[in-house]
Parts: sequence; C-alpha cells; structure tokens
Amino acid sequence: MERKKLTIALAGNPNSGKTTIFNNITGSRQKVGNWPGVTVEKKEGNISRFGYDLTIIDLPGTYSLTPFSIEEIIARDFVVEECPDVVIDIIDASSLERGLYLATQLRETDCKVIFALNMADLAKTRGIKINAEKLSELLNVPVVFTVGNKNEGIDALLEAAIKLAESSSEVPQKRKVRYNRDIENSISKLQSLIEQKIADKLSYNTRWTAIKLVEDDEIVKKRILDNARDSAQDILNEAQSQRSYLKHCFGDEPEIITASERYGFIAGIIKEVHAASNKERVDISRNIDLVLTNRFIGFPIFFLFIWAMFQATFSFGAYPMEWIDMGIGLISSGLDGFLPESLFKDLLLNGIIAGVGSVIIFLPNIMVLFFCIAIFEDTGYMARVAFLMDKIMHLIGLHGKSFIPMLMGFGCNVPAIMAARTLESEKDRILTILIIPFMSCSAKLPIYIVLAATFFGVKAGNVIFSIYLIGIIFSIITGRLFRLTILTGADAPFVMELPPYRVPMLKSLLIHMWDRSKMFFKKMGGIILIGSVVVWALSAFPRNIEYSFDYHGEIEKIESSYESEIKADNVDNKILKKKKDADILEITRAQRAEQVEKSYMGRIGKSISPLFLPIGIDWRGGVALLTGFVAKEIVVSTMAVLYAAEEESDALKNALLSSGMTPLSALSMMTFVLLYLPCLATVAAIKRETGSFKLMFFSIAYNTSVAWFIAFCVYQGGKLLGA
Amino acid sequence: MLLSEMKEGQTGKIKNIGGNGALHRRILEMGILKGSEVYIEKYAPLKDPLELIVKGSHISFRVEEASQITVDNVK
Repeated sequence: MERKKLTIALAGNPNSGKTTIFNNITGSRQKVGNWPGVTVEKKEGNISRFGYDLTIIDLPGTYSLTPFSIEEIIARDFVVEECPDVVIDIIDASSLERGLYLATQLRETDCKVIFALNMADLAKTRGIKINAEKLSELLNVPVVFTVGNKNEGIDALLEAAIKLAESSSEVPQKRKVRYNRDIENSISKLQSLIEQKIADKLSYNTRWTAIKLVEDDEIVKKRILDNARDSAQDILNEAQSQRSYLKHCFGDEPEIITASERYGFIAGIIKEVHAASNKERVDISRNIDLVLTNRFIGFPIFFLFIWAMFQATFSFGAYPMEWIDMGIGLISSGLDGFLPESLFKDLLLNGIIAGVGSVIIFLPNIMVLFFCIAIFEDTGYMARVAFLMDKIMHLIGLHGKSFIPMLMGFGCNVPAIMAARTLESEKDRILTILIIPFMSCSAKLPIYIVLAATFFGVKAGNVIFSIYLIGIIFSIITGRLFRLTILTGADAPFVMELPPYRVPMLKSLLIHMWDRSKMFFKKMGGIILIGSVVVWALSAFPRNIEYSFDYHGEIEKIESSYESEIKADNVDNKILKKKKDADILEITRAQRAEQVEKSYMGRIGKSISPLFLPIGIDWRGGVALLTGFVAKEIVVSTMAVLYAAEEESDALKNALLSSGMTPLSALSMMTFVLLYLPCLATVAAIKRETGSFKLMFFSIAYNTSVAWFIAFCVYQGGKLLGA
Repeated sequence: MLLSEMKEGQTGKIKNIGGNGALHRRILEMGILKGSEVYIEKYAPLKDPLELIVKGSHISFRVEEASQITVDNVK
C-alpha cells in the first residue's frame, strides 16, 4: 500500500529556533536548493514518521506576511499558493506577543496552522508562564511546547501536525481577528465583490484577499489583474475608494490601522494566557552584552574574534592539510607507476590531479572558516556585529546588515552575494554586491599562504592579516564613492532585533558548515576541473617543441656516466643512485620549464607581460593570474606548473625563491590578487543578483583597474623606498 | 520628547510613531505600538544605533529612526 504523503511547512520569526527544529526533524536527510526564480535558500527534508511520508519545508524567517522583503514574499506565496497540508508556526515562547502577530496573519489564510511554543524552558527561567490550553482554545489552534535544542516535544509536534492534517474539519473562521467597524465594512464590501466577480478565478480565501486589498498589497493586486483581467479593474477601483475613505476616517494608512488592531487582538489574548512574574530575572544575554557591545571593549573584542577566526583557520587547518597532501601524493605516484606513458596520463596527473589536488588541499581551511562564521550566526553574535558596525557601515552608505554578507565574503563571494538579499533596499543590495569582491575570499587564501610563507616567513600571518585589512579599506572607499556617484538616495530602515545569545548546537554548526563547503566542492567538481584541464591543455600543447638543449641526450649521458661509476665502485651504491636521480630530476625540470615557456600558455603570458611588468609580476605570474578568472584556486596550481615545481609546498617555495621574485613583488602580487577581477562564479552571481550585464562588466572593469593601480603604487613605491 | 533624546537607563511610553510607511510598518511588526513601554538599554559604542527593550525583546534603532518616535512619561 502506498504511504500517505503530507507537506508540512515551518514558519516563524527569525531567531525563533525554526532552523534548529528543522534540523532536528530532518537530520541529515535535507536538501538545500533555491526557491524558484530567486536565490533565497530553500531547505527541504523528506522523512517517514508515524506511517506517513512527510516533506518538511523550512520557510524563510519573517516577522509578518506583508510583502516587504523577498523572504516575506516567498514565505507567503508558499502558504497561499502551494497550500501545504499543515503550517507549523514556531513561536519563541519568550516573545509570544510578536510571535502571535505572524500567527494571526497565518490564520487569516486558509491553511491549517499549529503552534509550537519553542524554547519553553528558557521562557520558564525568565518567569514567563503560558497557558497553552487557553491559547489553543481561544484561537482554536493546537499548541505544543517544544525545546528545539534539546529535541523535546518534536515527536508530539509532528504527531499533532499529522492529526490536524488528517482532520476533515474546516478551518474555523470565528476565532480570527475582527477589525473595527469601518474596516470590517470595507472588507465585507470588497469580499462580496470578489465573490461575485472573480472567486472562481482566484484560489485565495476571499476575506484574506479583501484584507490585503485594504492594505494595498501590490502582489495580491497584481495576481488579481493577472487572473481576471476584465473584472479586476472594478475591484481595484473599489479597493482604492475604500482605502481613501478609511484614510480620511483615521488620518492614517489603513495598513497601519490593521496592524495596530491585530496587536490589539493579540493583547487581549496575551492578557488571558500569559503571566510574567515580576521577579528580577537573570538575563544572561544582557550580561554578555554588557561586555560584547561595551562602549570601550566592544570593538577590541570584535576584532579579536575576527583575528582568532583567521588564526584558527590556519592552525587547525594545517593538520588535515598534511594528510590530504600525503594522500594526493600517494595517488599520484601510484598512478605514475601503474599507467603507461601517454597523453592521457599527462592529462590525468599534471592536469586533473595536480589542479584539483592543489585546491582540495585547502578544503580544511575553508571548512574551519565556514564553521567559525556559523558560530557567529548561531550564537546571535552576527546581530551584534551589525549593531557595532552600523555607524561605520552607514558612513559608507550601507546598512549594518551589509556587514554580514561582507563578512561571509571572506568565505566565498558567491553565497555572500546571495546573502545580500536580506537587505530590503535595492540600492543597499547593489552597493553591497559591488563591494563584496573586495572581501578576500577563502579561495584567494592559498595564493597568500604560498607567497607570504615563501617571502615573509614567520611574519606571514601578519602580512596576510594586513592584506585582508587593505581589502576592507578599499570596500569603504568604494562604498563612499558609489554612494556619491551612481547610487544616491535614501536608506532602508535599520530596525532589527538583537536576539538572545544561544549556545550553538554542534549538529547545526556542522550542517551549516557542510552546506557551504559543499558549494566549494561543487565548484571544484565543475568549474575548477574544466579550468584545470584548459590550463593543462594550454601549457601541454603544442607537443612538437624544438628545445634549445638536448635534454634527452643529457639524461642518457648522466645515466651512462653513473652506470660506469656504480660498476667501478660497489660500496656507495645507494648514495650514487640518489645522486643520479637528483641530477636527472634537475634536467627534466629544466626541460619542463622550457616546454611550458614555449607552449600556448607561455606565449600568451609573454605577450601580455608588458602589462604586468610595472607591478613586478613576471609572465608566469601573469599567466597564473589570468587563469584565476576561472577560479582563484587555480592560480596556485598554475604557478606550480609554470615554475616547474612539484605539487608539494616546499618545492613551489624553492622554485619561487629562485625565480627572481622579491618580497616586494610578492606583496604587489598579493594586493593585485586581493583586488582584481572576481572569479567566474562570482561574476555570474553578480549578474544574477543585480539582473544587469552593465553592472557585471562595470564590476570587472572597476576591480581590475583598481587592482592594477594599487599594485603599481605598492611596487613602484616600495622600490623608491628601497625595499 | 523624542525617543532619540532619551538617555541610557530611562524608560518611557510611546506616544506617537511617525516616519514613512516602510519604517512605520516595520516598527509595528517588531511589537512597538503606541502606549508600549520602552527601556533604553544602551547606545552602541559609536553612539548610533541604540538598543531598547520592548516587552522583553531587544530591538536596535538608528538614532535617525528613533527621532521619528515621540515618547512621554520619561523616567
């Protein structure tokens, strides 16, 4: 027998613990994708419980169902268009009143709603008592207490949800918000008009539609126009006249009146179900904030956290990096012995394994970075970051919230650009998106690590830190410049909640980290693989190169000379053999370097080298930077090939040191890498998120010219100073 | 008195909320209504934004936005 399928949507305020409950219900069986047409994350999980196949959808966290931000539109569209079998509204028990605001709006739609009063334990310690039975009775909604992070009440919640989905009873209409008489009049006039003219063409609840028309809801108006062209205009005209009448009555926008009345309705419920004892409560969050957003030490602590994050990235990442390095070495040498010499072997070893290998090795770094960012998010510290930084961000013409996507930019620009969607104003969003490429992403990190470790030794950490700082400074300059020139206008409201601090759950930190690292993995599988192969092909062809030196003959000469020596002297056999291998390796490396120099890649590099010369980068560095357009991760592997070094870090280090590169030119190259054109995936994300090719090309041109100019200043300035 | 003129540690009652539609609605969504009691928890280290407590939630406002809200009964 086929099992019954049910769709359950999770709705709720931001910080209500929705995601924790979602993670607890679905565990690892979740799918992260995008909502159709937009890039807001859609989380979905399929599980089997109590004999049902359940599809759980995590809606974006919202405070209301008014279509302000993209998140709110998505959440509402899903509820009214897709009609899930049950909507679980997750309410933070400590802020019941605000939670009920969203709840009353959900109840105005046609769907079946169940309340989860989450973090009930926390509310209890704060002296809050909620009479769930009374609440359930007053609103005619099943209510379940849950403690998301302890996995308490989750089974009861699912059970109640299934029971509600299976109950055939109509959604009761009585226990909903009643507005004042004037508004109710307007609602019922519009409602009967809707029922007469377009009820068969519109699937929405008619009362809900009428309320939305009173509130001048753009999206509902558009849906009506799309679905019922002829009669739609009558309805919209009537809505307009009702609105101007109501505005005249109350001297305020009708949507403000409905919002206030919803709160009035809620206040009545709160009085009956909610008791807060007046005892002096222990509020750990407030105490933490006494320190973390303190006037004097708030900023130093913030910078300490950021510094610690990058330090952790390097030190904890180092061990697994070694293991991966060893693993790749084993695979590579194993295949080397196993496969016969061929073009395919060359492609596999020098193209695919070398290219992808040099990227996969930085996976530990990236995972640690994403883990740290997940800690910031899950503890609630991210909101404090916005609180601390808003004044500064506002000076650049940005919102404090922009800081969060910008900080994520340090991980990967692509999700960071997507995160810019949390900004309500279009201008803020575009500006944030244009600035994010200056946030040095984790893919650029390998390049800094190689260059800084080679040329700055123990000071490498400090050098890398200042590179990041330069990126931040340039984002500020760029923000101010753009605000004054291409993106002028008013700012979006800042008003934002500072949620209580929470101990993060390891499970959800790991899920967060894994989701984002997966994006990195996917990039590696696709774009970087193709990029590595293209780079390999450009440097492996043409095959018939005329060498300036008879390498083959030289190798034979060495072999035969050692052969006779070994024969003559039987004692030091091993030492001689080693010496022979080293001599041969040197010759093959020289041959490889010349081969690359004469390849297509080398020819391209040499023809554009005049551009890179003034900034202290030789043709090999230039080629490596060019290949970085595909993905920044490739830069290091290209350098490894062009400097004819093996994949281990020491070899590349030595090759770089003997290539004539100086600490100054390394610094210039790092600044160039920091600022120059974003990678293919980022460029694509910019196009998708701004919807404009013009802005995409602008971003590429702006970044690259700034990068060249600054690298020029660093290199030429440094030379003048005698560095 | 304007909300933005209140000092750290003071309480007051919201008298009127001005501002454009978007700001006004957002303020309502966060549970701040006429008659709500607000407590000024603190100003950010750079004096902007400010953090206030309404019905147990901590909400932050820019000074500029707080100046759209009038309060009385300030203590």
